[in-house]
Amino acid sequence: MTLDFSVVTDAWQSLAFGALGTLFLAIAGMSIATVIGVLGVAILRAQMRVPSFLVTAFVEVIRNTPFLVQIYFIFFALPLAGVRLNPTITAILALGLNGGAYAIEIIRGGVESIPTGQTEAGLALGLHKHEVFRFIVLKPAIRAIYPSLSSQFILLTLTTSICTSISAYELTSVGQRIEAETFRSFETYFTLTGIYLVISLATMWLLAEIGRRAFNYPQR
Amino acid sequence: MGPQEFAYLLQGLAWTLVLTAMGFVGGIAFGVIVALMRVSSVTWIRLIAIGWIGLFQGTPLLMQLFVAYFGLPLLGFNLPAWAAVGIALTAHASAFLGDIWRGAIQAVPRGQTEAAMALGLHTRSLMIDVIMPQAFKLSLPATVGFLVQLLKGTSLAAIVGFIELTRAGSIVSNQIYRPLLVFGVVGAMYFAMCWPLSLWGRNIERRMSAGASR
Repeated sequence: MTLDFSVVTDAWQSLAFGALGTLFLAIAGMSIATVIGVLGVAILRAQMRVPSFLVTAFVEVIRNTPFLVQIYFIFFALPLAGVRLNPTITAILALGLNGGAYAIEIIRGGVESIPTGQTEAGLALGLHKHEVFRFIVLKPAIRAIYPSLSSQFILLTLTTSICTSISAYELTSVGQRIEAETFRSFETYFTLTGIYLVISLATMWLLAEIGRRAFNYPQR
Repeated sequence: MGPQEFAYLLQGLAWTLVLTAMGFVGGIAFGVIVALMRVSSVTWIRLIAIGWIGLFQGTPLLMQLFVAYFGLPLLGFNLPAWAAVGIALTAHASAFLGDIWRGAIQAVPRGQTEAAMALGLHTRSLMIDVIMPQAFKLSLPATVGFLVQLLKGTSLAAIVGFIELTRAGSIVSNQIYRPLLVFGVVGAMYFAMCWPLSLWGRNIERRMSAGASR
Protein backbone atom coordinates (compact mmCIF):
# COMPACT_ATOMS: atom_id res chain seq x y z
CA MET A 1 0.00 0.00 0.00
CA THR A 2 1.57 3.25 -1.08
CA LEU A 3 0.38 6.68 -0.17
CA ASP A 4 -0.59 9.05 -2.95
CA PHE A 5 -1.17 12.62 -1.92
CA SER A 6 -1.36 13.90 -5.51
CA VAL A 7 -5.15 13.43 -5.56
CA VAL A 8 -5.34 15.77 -2.59
CA THR A 9 -2.91 18.37 -3.89
CA ASP A 10 -4.74 18.35 -7.25
CA ALA A 11 -7.90 19.37 -5.41
CA TRP A 12 -6.26 22.27 -3.58
CA GLN A 13 -8.74 24.78 -4.95
CA SER A 14 -11.81 22.95 -3.64
CA LEU A 15 -10.00 22.49 -0.33
CA ALA A 16 -9.25 26.21 -0.11
CA PHE A 17 -12.90 27.05 -0.75
CA GLY A 18 -13.93 24.39 1.79
CA ALA A 19 -11.66 26.01 4.36
CA LEU A 20 -13.29 29.37 3.64
CA GLY A 21 -16.68 27.70 4.10
CA THR A 22 -15.53 26.39 7.48
CA LEU A 23 -14.34 29.85 8.54
CA PHE A 24 -17.65 31.35 7.41
CA LEU A 25 -19.64 28.78 9.43
CA ALA A 26 -17.44 29.37 12.45
CA ILE A 27 -17.63 33.17 12.37
CA ALA A 28 -21.40 33.20 11.73
CA GLY A 29 -21.90 30.62 14.50
CA MET A 30 -19.78 32.65 16.96
CA SER A 31 -21.73 35.83 16.19
CA ILE A 32 -25.11 34.18 16.81
CA ALA A 33 -23.73 32.44 19.90
CA THR A 34 -22.57 35.76 21.34
CA VAL A 35 -25.96 37.38 20.76
CA ILE A 36 -27.80 34.41 22.31
CA GLY A 37 -25.35 34.40 25.22
CA VAL A 38 -25.89 38.07 26.06
CA LEU A 39 -29.67 37.89 25.57
CA GLY A 40 -29.90 34.73 27.68
CA VAL A 41 -27.98 36.32 30.56
CA ALA A 42 -30.11 39.48 30.33
CA ILE A 43 -33.24 37.31 30.61
CA LEU A 44 -31.81 35.38 33.57
CA ARG A 45 -31.01 38.65 35.34
CA ALA A 46 -34.55 39.94 34.89
CA GLN A 47 -35.48 37.14 37.31
CA MET A 48 -38.86 36.39 35.83
CA ARG A 49 -39.89 32.85 36.55
CA VAL A 50 -41.00 31.36 33.25
CA PRO A 51 -38.43 33.02 30.93
CA SER A 52 -35.61 32.14 33.36
CA PHE A 53 -36.77 28.53 33.49
CA LEU A 54 -36.89 28.34 29.68
CA VAL A 55 -33.35 29.72 29.36
CA THR A 56 -32.03 27.30 31.99
CA ALA A 57 -33.80 24.37 30.31
CA PHE A 58 -32.36 25.39 26.93
CA VAL A 59 -28.83 25.54 28.37
CA GLU A 60 -29.12 22.14 30.09
CA VAL A 61 -30.66 20.35 27.10
CA ILE A 62 -28.06 21.70 24.66
CA ARG A 63 -25.13 21.03 26.97
CA ASN A 64 -26.16 17.46 27.71
CA THR A 65 -26.94 16.16 24.21
CA PRO A 66 -24.52 15.64 21.29
CA PHE A 67 -24.27 18.30 18.58
CA LEU A 68 -24.84 15.62 15.93
CA VAL A 69 -28.27 14.77 17.39
CA GLN A 70 -29.11 18.50 17.67
CA ILE A 71 -28.24 19.22 14.05
CA TYR A 72 -30.24 16.21 12.82
CA PHE A 73 -33.18 17.33 14.92
CA ILE A 74 -33.09 20.89 13.58
CA PHE A 75 -32.51 19.64 10.03
CA PHE A 76 -35.67 17.52 10.16
CA ALA A 77 -37.75 19.85 12.36
CA LEU A 78 -37.50 23.01 10.20
CA PRO A 79 -39.23 21.58 7.08
CA LEU A 80 -42.04 20.21 9.27
CA ALA A 81 -42.47 23.71 10.69
CA GLY A 82 -42.77 24.95 7.10
CA VAL A 83 -39.30 26.56 7.01
CA ARG A 84 -37.07 25.58 4.09
CA LEU A 85 -33.45 26.59 4.54
CA ASN A 86 -30.40 25.34 2.70
CA PRO A 87 -28.11 23.02 4.72
CA THR A 88 -25.42 25.66 5.25
CA ILE A 89 -27.88 28.11 6.83
CA THR A 90 -29.32 25.27 8.93
CA ALA A 91 -25.80 24.44 10.08
CA ILE A 92 -25.15 28.06 11.09
CA LEU A 93 -28.37 28.06 13.08
CA ALA A 94 -27.42 24.81 14.85
CA LEU A 95 -23.90 26.06 15.60
CA GLY A 96 -25.29 29.35 16.92
CA LEU A 97 -27.80 27.65 19.21
CA ASN A 98 -25.22 25.16 20.49
CA GLY A 99 -22.55 27.80 21.06
CA GLY A 100 -25.17 30.13 22.54
CA ALA A 101 -26.00 27.70 25.33
CA TYR A 102 -22.34 27.48 26.33
CA ALA A 103 -21.96 31.25 25.98
CA ILE A 104 -24.91 31.84 28.36
CA GLU A 105 -23.28 29.58 30.95
CA ILE A 106 -19.87 31.26 30.60
CA ILE A 107 -21.12 34.88 30.51
CA ARG A 108 -23.43 34.18 33.48
CA GLY A 109 -20.38 33.10 35.49
CA GLY A 110 -18.65 36.37 34.58
CA VAL A 111 -21.66 38.54 35.40
CA GLU A 112 -22.03 36.87 38.79
CA SER A 113 -18.42 37.73 39.57
CA ILE A 114 -19.19 41.49 39.36
CA PRO A 115 -19.72 42.74 42.93
CA THR A 116 -23.23 44.15 43.55
CA GLY A 117 -21.63 47.27 44.98
CA GLN A 118 -20.61 48.27 41.46
CA THR A 119 -24.16 47.98 40.13
CA GLU A 120 -25.44 49.97 43.08
CA ALA A 121 -22.81 52.64 42.53
CA GLY A 122 -23.88 52.91 38.89
CA LEU A 123 -27.53 53.25 39.84
CA ALA A 124 -26.66 55.81 42.52
CA LEU A 125 -24.86 57.85 39.85
CA GLY A 126 -28.16 58.04 37.99
CA LEU A 127 -27.38 55.61 35.15
CA HIS A 128 -30.29 53.79 33.63
CA LYS A 129 -30.68 50.04 34.38
CA HIS A 130 -29.75 49.17 30.79
CA GLU A 131 -26.68 51.40 30.91
CA VAL A 132 -25.58 49.78 34.15
CA PHE A 133 -25.96 46.32 32.57
CA ARG A 134 -24.10 47.31 29.43
CA PHE A 135 -21.17 49.34 30.77
CA ILE A 136 -20.74 48.26 34.39
CA VAL A 137 -21.76 44.61 34.29
CA LEU A 138 -21.40 43.21 30.79
CA LYS A 139 -18.12 44.69 29.61
CA PRO A 140 -16.03 43.84 32.69
CA ALA A 141 -17.78 40.44 32.84
CA ILE A 142 -16.86 39.61 29.25
CA ARG A 143 -13.33 40.86 29.88
CA ALA A 144 -13.10 38.45 32.82
CA ILE A 145 -14.42 35.42 30.96
CA TYR A 146 -12.93 36.23 27.55
CA PRO A 147 -10.33 33.43 27.78
CA SER A 148 -12.97 30.74 28.46
CA LEU A 149 -15.24 32.19 25.79
CA SER A 150 -12.31 32.03 23.35
CA SER A 151 -11.63 28.36 24.03
CA GLN A 152 -15.34 27.64 23.66
CA PHE A 153 -15.23 29.39 20.27
CA ILE A 154 -12.23 27.29 19.21
CA LEU A 155 -14.34 24.22 20.06
CA LEU A 156 -17.16 25.71 17.97
CA THR A 157 -14.75 26.10 15.04
CA LEU A 158 -13.79 22.43 15.32
CA THR A 159 -17.44 21.44 15.68
CA THR A 160 -18.21 22.86 12.21
CA SER A 161 -16.76 19.60 10.82
CA ILE A 162 -19.86 17.76 12.09
CA CYS A 163 -22.01 19.88 9.75
CA THR A 164 -20.89 17.54 6.97
CA SER A 165 -23.62 15.19 8.25
CA ILE A 166 -26.29 17.42 6.68
CA SER A 167 -23.95 18.26 3.75
CA ALA A 168 -23.42 21.90 4.63
CA TYR A 169 -20.66 23.53 2.59
CA GLU A 170 -17.46 23.28 4.61
CA LEU A 171 -14.06 21.58 4.64
CA THR A 172 -15.09 18.09 5.79
CA SER A 173 -17.87 17.74 3.23
CA VAL A 174 -15.46 18.85 0.50
CA GLY A 175 -13.06 16.20 1.81
CA GLN A 176 -15.73 13.52 1.77
CA ARG A 177 -16.44 14.34 -1.88
CA ILE A 178 -12.74 14.03 -2.74
CA GLU A 179 -12.65 10.72 -0.87
CA ALA A 180 -15.69 9.41 -2.73
CA GLU A 181 -14.12 10.27 -6.10
CA THR A 182 -10.59 9.03 -5.41
CA PHE A 183 -10.92 6.36 -2.68
CA ARG A 184 -7.85 7.92 -1.03
CA SER A 185 -9.45 8.09 2.42
CA PHE A 186 -6.36 8.32 4.61
CA GLU A 187 -4.57 10.89 2.46
CA THR A 188 -7.70 13.05 2.36
CA TYR A 189 -8.45 13.04 6.08
CA PHE A 190 -4.79 13.37 7.04
CA THR A 191 -4.59 16.54 4.94
CA LEU A 192 -7.88 17.84 6.34
CA THR A 193 -6.55 17.32 9.87
CA GLY A 194 -3.55 19.49 9.00
CA ILE A 195 -5.75 22.22 7.53
CA TYR A 196 -7.96 22.18 10.64
CA LEU A 197 -4.88 22.55 12.83
CA VAL A 198 -3.90 25.67 10.87
CA ILE A 199 -7.49 27.01 11.05
CA SER A 200 -7.74 26.56 14.82
CA LEU A 201 -4.29 28.12 15.40
CA ALA A 202 -5.34 31.08 13.23
CA THR A 203 -8.64 31.41 15.11
CA MET A 204 -6.78 31.31 18.43
CA TRP A 205 -4.50 34.11 17.27
CA LEU A 206 -7.42 36.15 15.93
CA LEU A 207 -9.44 35.82 19.15
CA ALA A 208 -6.41 36.75 21.25
CA GLU A 209 -5.87 39.80 19.05
CA ILE A 210 -9.54 40.86 19.36
CA GLY A 211 -9.34 40.37 23.12
CA ARG A 212 -6.20 42.50 23.32
CA ARG A 213 -7.82 45.34 21.39
CA ALA A 214 -11.37 45.29 22.72
CA PHE A 215 -11.06 44.22 26.31
CA ASN A 216 -7.83 45.71 27.51
CA TYR A 217 -7.86 48.30 30.22
CA PRO A 218 -7.07 51.71 28.74
CA GLN A 219 -3.38 52.35 29.11
CA ARG A 220 -1.54 55.62 28.98
CA MET B 1 -42.03 3.50 17.03
CA GLY B 2 -42.61 -0.09 18.13
CA PRO B 3 -40.82 -2.11 20.82
CA GLN B 4 -38.57 -3.62 18.14
CA GLU B 5 -37.22 -0.21 17.11
CA PHE B 6 -36.84 0.83 20.73
CA ALA B 7 -34.85 -2.34 21.46
CA TYR B 8 -32.60 -1.47 18.50
CA LEU B 9 -31.96 1.98 20.00
CA LEU B 10 -31.14 0.40 23.37
CA GLN B 11 -28.64 -1.86 21.65
CA GLY B 12 -27.04 1.27 20.16
CA LEU B 13 -27.05 2.87 23.61
CA ALA B 14 -25.12 -0.13 24.97
CA TRP B 15 -22.43 0.46 22.31
CA THR B 16 -22.32 4.17 23.20
CA LEU B 17 -21.60 3.16 26.80
CA VAL B 18 -18.93 0.65 25.70
CA LEU B 19 -17.19 3.28 23.54
CA THR B 20 -17.34 5.84 26.37
CA ALA B 21 -15.92 3.34 28.84
CA MET B 22 -13.10 2.36 26.46
CA GLY B 23 -12.18 5.98 25.82
CA PHE B 24 -12.38 6.99 29.47
CA VAL B 25 -10.45 4.04 30.95
CA GLY B 26 -7.80 4.24 28.23
CA GLY B 27 -7.74 8.01 28.56
CA ILE B 28 -7.13 7.80 32.31
CA ALA B 29 -4.22 5.39 31.87
CA PHE B 30 -2.49 7.38 29.12
CA GLY B 31 -3.67 10.75 30.43
CA VAL B 32 -1.65 10.27 33.63
CA ILE B 33 1.42 9.66 31.49
CA VAL B 34 0.70 12.75 29.35
CA ALA B 35 0.17 14.90 32.48
CA LEU B 36 3.42 13.69 34.07
CA MET B 37 5.33 14.26 30.82
CA ARG B 38 3.79 17.72 30.57
CA VAL B 39 5.16 18.76 33.98
CA SER B 40 8.50 16.99 33.49
CA SER B 41 11.64 19.02 34.07
CA VAL B 42 13.19 17.56 30.90
CA THR B 43 12.47 19.96 28.02
CA TRP B 44 12.08 17.45 25.15
CA ILE B 45 9.69 15.25 27.16
CA ARG B 46 7.61 18.32 27.98
CA LEU B 47 7.61 19.39 24.31
CA ILE B 48 6.28 15.97 23.19
CA ALA B 49 3.40 16.29 25.66
CA ILE B 50 2.68 19.89 24.57
CA GLY B 51 2.60 18.74 20.92
CA TRP B 52 0.35 15.77 21.72
CA ILE B 53 -2.12 17.96 23.64
CA GLY B 54 -2.07 20.72 21.00
CA LEU B 55 -2.63 18.22 18.18
CA PHE B 56 -5.75 16.72 19.75
CA GLN B 57 -7.15 19.99 21.06
CA GLY B 58 -6.54 21.77 17.75
CA THR B 59 -8.23 19.28 15.41
CA PRO B 60 -11.83 18.02 15.27
CA LEU B 61 -12.56 14.69 16.97
CA LEU B 62 -14.24 13.65 13.72
CA MET B 63 -10.91 13.95 11.85
CA GLN B 64 -9.14 12.00 14.60
CA LEU B 65 -11.69 9.20 14.16
CA PHE B 66 -11.32 9.23 10.36
CA VAL B 67 -7.52 9.20 10.48
CA ALA B 68 -7.47 6.30 12.97
CA TYR B 69 -10.19 4.42 11.12
CA PHE B 70 -8.44 4.63 7.73
CA GLY B 71 -4.85 5.02 8.93
CA LEU B 72 -4.45 2.06 11.30
CA PRO B 73 -5.16 -0.53 8.54
CA LEU B 74 -2.48 1.18 6.41
CA LEU B 75 0.00 0.58 9.20
CA GLY B 76 -0.84 -3.12 8.96
CA PHE B 77 -3.31 -3.36 11.84
CA ASN B 78 -6.45 -5.10 10.72
CA LEU B 79 -8.79 -3.98 13.44
CA PRO B 80 -12.57 -4.18 13.75
CA ALA B 81 -14.34 -0.81 13.62
CA TRP B 82 -14.95 -0.66 17.39
CA ALA B 83 -11.25 -1.10 18.14
CA ALA B 84 -10.21 1.67 15.73
CA VAL B 85 -12.80 4.01 17.22
CA GLY B 86 -11.73 2.97 20.73
CA ILE B 87 -8.09 3.76 19.99
CA ALA B 88 -8.99 7.18 18.57
CA LEU B 89 -11.17 8.02 21.59
CA THR B 90 -8.41 6.85 23.96
CA ALA B 91 -5.81 9.07 22.30
CA HIS B 92 -8.27 11.99 22.28
CA ALA B 93 -9.12 11.51 25.96
CA SER B 94 -5.46 11.12 26.97
CA ALA B 95 -4.68 14.58 25.56
CA PHE B 96 -7.65 16.33 27.20
CA LEU B 97 -7.33 14.55 30.56
CA GLY B 98 -3.56 15.05 30.45
CA ASP B 99 -4.09 18.81 30.10
CA ILE B 100 -6.74 18.90 32.86
CA TRP B 101 -4.45 17.01 35.26
CA ARG B 102 -1.45 19.15 34.27
CA GLY B 103 -3.46 22.13 35.47
CA ALA B 104 -4.42 20.34 38.68
CA ILE B 105 -0.83 19.27 39.43
CA GLN B 106 0.34 22.86 38.95
CA ALA B 107 -2.51 24.12 41.16
CA VAL B 108 -1.28 22.17 44.20
CA PRO B 109 0.43 24.79 46.39
CA ARG B 110 4.21 24.95 45.98
CA GLY B 111 4.63 24.63 49.75
CA GLN B 112 3.47 21.02 49.51
CA THR B 113 6.39 20.14 47.24
CA GLU B 114 8.83 22.03 49.44
CA ALA B 115 7.50 20.36 52.60
CA ALA B 116 7.78 16.92 51.00
CA MET B 117 11.34 17.60 49.89
CA ALA B 118 12.24 18.93 53.32
CA LEU B 119 10.98 15.63 54.74
CA GLY B 120 13.41 13.87 52.38
CA LEU B 121 10.83 12.19 50.12
CA HIS B 122 12.00 10.95 46.72
CA THR B 123 10.54 12.46 43.53
CA ARG B 124 8.44 9.32 43.01
CA SER B 125 6.95 9.39 46.49
CA LEU B 126 6.55 13.18 46.27
CA MET B 127 4.36 12.75 43.18
CA ILE B 128 2.42 9.63 44.19
CA ASP B 129 1.89 10.32 47.91
CA VAL B 130 1.74 14.12 48.11
CA ILE B 131 0.93 15.86 44.83
CA MET B 132 -1.28 13.43 42.92
CA PRO B 133 -3.90 12.75 45.62
CA GLN B 134 -4.45 16.50 46.05
CA ALA B 135 -4.39 17.14 42.30
CA PHE B 136 -6.92 14.36 41.79
CA LYS B 137 -9.40 16.07 44.09
CA LEU B 138 -8.85 19.46 42.46
CA SER B 139 -9.36 18.02 38.99
CA LEU B 140 -12.60 16.14 39.71
CA PRO B 141 -15.10 18.74 38.37
CA ALA B 142 -13.19 19.20 35.11
CA THR B 143 -12.67 15.43 34.77
CA VAL B 144 -16.40 14.75 35.15
CA GLY B 145 -17.06 17.56 32.66
CA PHE B 146 -14.78 15.87 30.17
CA LEU B 147 -16.54 12.53 30.72
CA VAL B 148 -19.79 14.18 29.57
CA GLN B 149 -17.91 15.65 26.60
CA LEU B 150 -16.55 12.20 25.70
CA LEU B 151 -19.94 10.52 26.01
CA LYS B 152 -21.41 13.06 23.60
CA GLY B 153 -18.33 12.72 21.37
CA THR B 154 -18.91 8.99 20.83
CA SER B 155 -21.88 10.03 18.65
CA LEU B 156 -19.34 10.97 15.95
CA ALA B 157 -18.56 7.28 15.50
CA ALA B 158 -21.91 7.30 13.68
CA ILE B 159 -20.40 9.32 10.81
CA VAL B 160 -17.61 6.73 10.45
CA GLY B 161 -20.41 4.14 10.13
CA PHE B 162 -20.26 2.51 13.55
CA ILE B 163 -23.72 1.62 14.89
CA GLU B 164 -23.96 3.30 18.28
CA LEU B 165 -26.95 5.27 19.62
CA THR B 166 -26.99 8.12 17.05
CA ARG B 167 -26.39 5.80 14.10
CA ALA B 168 -29.09 3.44 15.40
CA GLY B 169 -31.36 6.50 15.52
CA SER B 170 -30.62 7.38 11.87
CA ILE B 171 -31.35 3.81 10.79
CA VAL B 172 -34.64 3.62 12.70
CA SER B 173 -35.58 7.10 11.45
CA ASN B 174 -35.03 5.99 7.84
CA GLN B 175 -37.17 2.91 8.41
CA ILE B 176 -40.23 4.47 10.02
CA TYR B 177 -39.74 8.01 8.72
CA ARG B 178 -40.50 9.76 11.99
CA PRO B 179 -37.21 11.70 12.40
CA LEU B 180 -38.42 14.11 15.07
CA LEU B 181 -39.78 11.34 17.29
CA VAL B 182 -36.69 9.16 16.86
CA PHE B 183 -34.11 11.91 17.37
CA GLY B 184 -36.19 13.27 20.24
CA VAL B 185 -35.97 9.87 21.94
CA VAL B 186 -32.27 9.53 21.11
CA GLY B 187 -31.63 13.03 22.51
CA ALA B 188 -33.59 12.17 25.66
CA MET B 189 -31.45 9.04 26.13
CA TYR B 190 -28.22 11.07 25.89
CA PHE B 191 -29.69 13.65 28.24
CA ALA B 192 -30.61 10.93 30.76
CA MET B 193 -26.97 9.80 30.81
CA CYS B 194 -25.23 13.20 30.69
CA TRP B 195 -27.39 15.37 32.92
CA PRO B 196 -26.83 13.43 36.18
CA LEU B 197 -23.08 13.49 35.47
CA SER B 198 -23.19 17.25 34.87
CA LEU B 199 -25.14 17.84 38.08
CA TRP B 200 -22.68 15.66 39.99
CA GLY B 201 -19.72 17.60 38.59
CA ARG B 202 -21.30 20.94 39.50
CA ASN B 203 -22.08 19.63 42.98
CA ILE B 204 -18.45 18.68 43.61
CA GLU B 205 -17.35 22.09 42.34
CA ARG B 206 -19.76 23.90 44.66
CA ARG B 207 -18.67 21.89 47.68
CA MET B 208 -15.03 22.55 46.88
CA SER B 209 -15.46 26.31 46.51
CA ALA B 210 -17.50 26.36 49.74
CA GLY B 211 -14.60 24.56 51.43
CA ALA B 212 -12.09 27.01 49.95
CA SER B 213 -13.91 30.13 51.11
CA ARG B 214 -14.36 28.86 54.65
